Parts: sequence; structure tokens; C-alpha cells
Amino acid sequence: MSDKRGPDFLASSCPIPIFDYPTIQLAHGGGGRLTKMLIETIFVPQFANAALDELHDGALLDVAGSRLAFSTDSYVVRPIFFPGGDIGSLSVNGTVNDLAMCGARPLGLSAGFILEEGLPMEDLWRIVGSMKTASAAAGVSIVTGDTKVVDRGKGDSVFINTAGLGLVPPGITISPKRAKPGDVVILSGSMAVHGIAIMSVREGLEFGTELVSDTAPLAGIVAALIAGLGPRVHVLRDPTRGGVASTLNEIAASAGVGIVLDERSLPVREEVQGACEILGLDPLYVANEGIFLALVDREAADEALSILRADPLGRDAVIVGEVVADHPGTVWLKSRIGGTRVVDLLTGEQLPRIC
Amino acid sequence: MCLGVPGRVERIDPNALGFATGIVSFGGIRKEICLAYVPEVKVGDYVLVHVGFALSTIDEAEAAAMFEDLAQLGELEGLDAQEPR
Amino acid sequence: MKFVDEYRQEPEVHCVLEALKRVAIHPWTIMEICGGQTHTLLRSGIDRMLPETVTIVHGPGCPVCVTPLEQIDRAIAIARRPGTIFASFGDMLRVPGSGTDLLAVKANGGDVRIVYSPLDAVKLASANPDREVVFFAVGFETTAPANAMAVWQAFHGGVRNFSILSSHVLVPPAMEAILGSPENRIQGFLAAGHVCTVMGYEEYEPIAARYRVPIVVTGFEPLDLMQGLFMTVASLEAGRIGVENQYSRSVRREGNPEARRMIDEVFEVCDRPWRGIGVIPKSGYRLRPAYAAHDALTRFDVAGISAVESPLCIAGTIMQGIKKPGECAAFGGRCTPEHPLGAPMVSSEGACAAYHRYGRTA
Repeated sequence: MSDKRGPDFLASSCPIPIFDYPTIQLAHGGGGRLTKMLIETIFVPQFANAALDELHDGALLDVAGSRLAFSTDSYVVRPIFFPGGDIGSLSVNGTVNDLAMCGARPLGLSAGFILEEGLPMEDLWRIVGSMKTASAAAGVSIVTGDTKVVDRGKGDSVFINTAGLGLVPPGITISPKRAKPGDVVILSGSMAVHGIAIMSVREGLEFGTELVSDTAPLAGIVAALIAGLGPRVHVLRDPTRGGVASTLNEIAASAGVGIVLDERSLPVREEVQGACEILGLDPLYVANEGIFLALVDREAADEALSILRADPLGRDAVIVGEVVADHPGTVWLKSRIGGTRVVDLLTGEQLPRIC
Repeated sequence: MCLGVPGRVERIDPNALGFATGIVSFGGIRKEICLAYVPEVKVGDYVLVHVGFALSTIDEAEAAAMFEDLAQLGELEGLDAQEPR
Repeated sequence: MKFVDEYRQEPEVHCVLEALKRVAIHPWTIMEICGGQTHTLLRSGIDRMLPETVTIVHGPGCPVCVTPLEQIDRAIAIARRPGTIFASFGDMLRVPGSGTDLLAVKANGGDVRIVYSPLDAVKLASANPDREVVFFAVGFETTAPANAMAVWQAFHGGVRNFSILSSHVLVPPAMEAILGSPENRIQGFLAAGHVCTVMGYEEYEPIAARYRVPIVVTGFEPLDLMQGLFMTVASLEAGRIGVENQYSRSVRREGNPEARRMIDEVFEVCDRPWRGIGVIPKSGYRLRPAYAAHDALTRFDVAGISAVESPLCIAGTIMQGIKKPGECAAFGGRCTPEHPLGAPMVSSEGACAAYHRYGRTA
């Protein structure tokens, strides 16, 4: 499970161990170590069950001989309208993509709205319209929903929860635990575009750019990959909050393998590089939306790339690293100049810096 | 304090208080930067920017000279590597 | 990106590395004094590529790390005040004070905002005339011209609700303190290229002469660092002392005269405590009396706040290069990025955080 906010780099990161705090802190929603601790110490022990224990983007349920994927996410992104999308399109694409990362074809979504008293009706119309467009593009319908209104001041304009059901083709098991030494790590597109697009409209940090969020439904391109490679696709994951670095760390830990990245292969657009340079950000830790990581059998690498590149959403697909047996649970990077360093899991959200 | 990034000056505007500001491009993203400390700067120059201020104009001749030195060093290294021991 | 990517290419970096390996016959200990240089060395893996004869020590070049505990506490006290907007660079937000940090203050309702430039804070003040806006002016000399301009513009623009909490530190006095220490092992210095872009390197010449060391003004990209190291070692092997300029595309001997004039207009040199080291005379900037109205220290009556450091944190010895992070008893155990005991573990440029993050334990 994951709490999929848009990148809120002002989320707090408290330096004190989790149970030293009597209350929830913003950092617990950060997607880094503290979120992980919250899930592992509060939710998982109490809800304990086999499906949950996988801790993947969605749960797999066996139903009358088929396997259903079931996923949910809540959206609290600010601002609610940003270049390239809004909280509505994000909420549809996000859950569609979580299902896709289980290898599932989406069957239907639910949408729950918590609206703050005073939200302009026009804004709601716009968000819902955006959800309609996004779900049509994803080939899925929003089949059920709910609406609640809370008092002014208690709701921060709008929160959306989407949940989704999908069908996993027979013989396909996509799970972080399936990563094995020798696999190649493929990234379907250029890094950090979404996070930087959001940053470009943040008060205090804004800058002029043509970059827009790359939020997009990935079910179609994933289905093509699975149709072509079958069980040779081992892991799929969309590197949202925390970026590619955090996601790869989670996979490495889950599977007990090491991962080595090649910095020279990492796809970064020049504009994204420019923004990261002046803000002092590492693109490996910046949130993404319309791209995914695929860990596949080494022998299937070329085939995977040609399938991905045939799709407009995957034309920049590239091999960025490999899975190794060494240093299990840790991600290393070979730098552009031939040096090496560890790519660690961050404590909280990456903050802009000047030093 | 260290984060200084080179960017290309795209536009220069005079300011009410007498200090120029301008638009600088960093790989295509554009930011308004104070140019007060590089009064001789022209559009098309590259400047080193730190926290919204241009602190120097990049000396392209010096940069090129450094790479020439490097090329010579490389030749020396190459020659030495071929010498019998 | 031009003037960036060319300095990150493997062939050139390796060419200089090979030259360094050939020239580094004797063991040498060299200090780099800027957090950004530490960052590049570790991020690009240069520290692991160097010959065994070259030992690099990471000095107190992280203004975030050397900001005294009481200054953080003062910032927190101001940020907690209702009706105050506290603006800061992102670096400072997770640095632990005596009890909490600025990010936690924000979580509890304080109006703490990250800005890119001090001028953004002045804009906030103009846009919110009924609120007090305070900017955390932390940094070496590199950031002083920006902070000076912010105060100057507020002063001349009548933005009375803007003030700064000044915590500037200066590099040359720190270098002298290190070189003058009886425990000093440092034989050569990489000077901070962006500090020198502003201040020039004239003031390093007497230091090089007095302590008989080579000092090389160095940039921040992998090629710059490799070249700076090569030049320093070449000088050490040849017995040469004095100042050389590797970062000549950006640094001139006299620095930036306009920037220095503005610094001098707004700031004056003062004694400054460095966290973990103690007071270094004439090592800081404070606002001149003419600009006192924009000095948050007096405006908010926080000068009286004092603090006591954690006894376990040996930040001072690490920043002076006497010990490495791995040699601290608390490193990786009681002190980690999640529970830092001192600033070098929190700041991403701090020696301890960098070592922890990039997988070194010694």
C-alpha cells in the first residue's frame, strides 16, 4: 500500500523514533522510512493476512479460479490543478497504474470524494471532467463512488480516494519478490518530470518551463509487455513518491537482491536537469507519474525494449541497471565518471538546498 | 555554500532600484535572476548563479584553456605510457 | 547543460586521475573546505578512486553544520511566533535544535516557508505588510552578497517588516584555526570555488605563506576536483607553497568587486561561534548599525537564548578533520539520519550524513 500524494517536499521529517511521537506527523505520509515504519508497526500487525503481507501496490485475491488485483489510493496533492494534470487525472491514473503494476487489466474503479464546504462548483466540475477523460484513455469506467462534505477549514478543498479491481492473466505473477540476479532493470521513460512540473508552480521556487506532468495510464503499455514476455516479466513498479531510488530500494529489500544502476543510462531531460541543478535536487529521488520500472529476464531485454518503444508512452525506454546477488537489499550506482556510490533510502522528502 | 549553477542570460531588465535583473536559462528552465553583481553582462553570456544572484560571468576563454591544458596532459600521459620501462 | 556536462566526463577525469597517481609518490593529507565539494567527491565516487597516498579530509565547509545550536533555537523561537512568516533555504529545516527542528514547527502550525532566494523573502514581506517576515541568513561568503542585497533593498524600499537572522561564517579564519591547531595534519587545501568567486583569493596568500601550504581554488564538478587535487599534490611534491586557481573560468584574484562592496556596505566582521568548534575570532558577519532595524536578533529579543550541545556529538573534531565519522561511537547507532545528534548528520552535505548515505563506515 502507498500513500500517493503529489510531491509535498514541505512534509515534515521528524528525527525522533516513531513511538516517541504521540501523534501522526506529516513525515508519516512522506513515502520514505517513516511511512514504512508506520505501515509495518501499526497497520500490518493488526490487519495481518497473506495478501497484505506482499506489500505490493495491489493485493491479489483468488476468486473462482481467476486472480483479481485490488488496489486503493488517496490523493491529497496540492495544488489541485498543475501543469499537465490535476488531482482528478492523478487519482484515476494512479490506481489504474497500481493495478497495472500487478500485471492486471483494470475492470472498474470507485471514486470517493471528501469535499470541503466552499469548494467552487466549477473546480469540482473540472476535476470530474478530468477523471472522465483519464478513465476513457485508460479504458476503464468509474462504476461506483461516494461523496462527503466536511466543514470549511476541515478539508483543504478536496480529497479523492480511488480503488480499483483488475484481472491478472493466468500464469502471470508480478511481484517485487520475483527479482532475481541477472535481471535487467528497465525504465519506461524519462525521470522526474512530474515532480519538477509540480515544483515549477510552487510558491517560493517557481520557474518558467514547458514541462508538464507526465501523468498517464500505463495499463495498455504494460499489457503489451506482458503479452509479449509473459512470465519473463518479474517486477513492475511505478516510481511515484520517493522516486526511482526509493522504489528500487524497496524492490531490493523485498527480494533480498542487490541492484546496480548505471548513471550514464539514466534518462533525464535537459530541463529537468536544469531545475534539479538550481534547486539542488537529485532526480533519482523526485516523484514520477507516467513511467514505470520493469525488471525482466536478461534474455528478454531487447524484446522488452522494442515492445515498450513501440508505444508513445515508452519511446524513451532504456535499460538503466541490473539485478545482482551481491550486497542484497542495497542499491549501488556506477557514476558517470566510473566511480561508485550507494543509492540510499531517504528519511523524508528531498528538500531544495543551496549548499 | 556551494550550489552555483551556470546559466545563459536570455534577457536583461533595468530595475526600479537601479539594479538589473534578467531571465537566465538553465538547460531550458527560466528563472528571474538578479544581475546587480555582473553589471557588464550581455545577453548570451553565461553566468554563475547562486540563490537567485549572478556572481560572475563565465570566462569562456579560461574554460577552453583548461581543456587545452588537459589535452596536453593527456598527450604526456599517453607518451609516458608508451615509454619502455 | 553547457559548462556543467563537460566537467562530468569519464575520459577527462581519468586522464587527470592517472596524472595524479603518477605524481603522488609521498603520502599527503589534503582538506577540502566546502560541503558541495564533499558532495561531489562522494556522489561521483572520486574518493574511492584516489591513490592510497592521497588522504582527503572533509573540513567545516557546511555552514548548516556549523550554525550554533542556539542560533537554531532562536530561529525556532521566532518561527513559533504567531503572525510571523519564517523563510529559509531548505538546508536548515531538518537541522535539530535543542528540542525540535523548523520542519516540526511547521507541522505544528508555524508559517515556515522554503525560498530559493533571499529576495523571495523580501517579496513575501512586501506582499504581507501586516506580518513579520524573517529570513534565516545562513551561509559562507558566497551567500553574503545575496543576503546583503535583500537587506539593502528592504531598507531602501521601505519594507520595514523584513529582517534577517544572520549566521554568516567566513572561510579564511576557519582555515587559520585548523592550520594553527597543534593537532593539525592538513598539508594542503582545496579552497571553496564559489566563496572565492565572491571574495577572490588575495586573503589566502598570507595564509599559504604563514603556514607554508599550497592552496588551490577549486570548482565543484568531478573534473574540477580531480584537477584541484592534482595541482595540490603536484605542488606538495615539488615543495611549492602559495595559492593557485583551478576554477579560473569563474574566479578572479580580486573576486567580485561589486559584491564585496555590497557586503561591506551592509555587514561588518564579528566573532562567531562555530558549532562543535567554539568561537573563532572575526569569523562571521553581522549587520551594521545602520541596518539594525532589519536585524532579527534584536527585533525579536532572542539574543539571550543559549544552548548546550549533546555530549555524544563530536561534530567539531570531525569538521576539523581530526576524526572521521566512522570513528564516532554514536555513528550509525545512536546517531543516524533518522535520529541525528548533530548537524553533520542531518545536512546532506554534512560529513556524517554523506558517509552514512554513500555507504562508508570509516
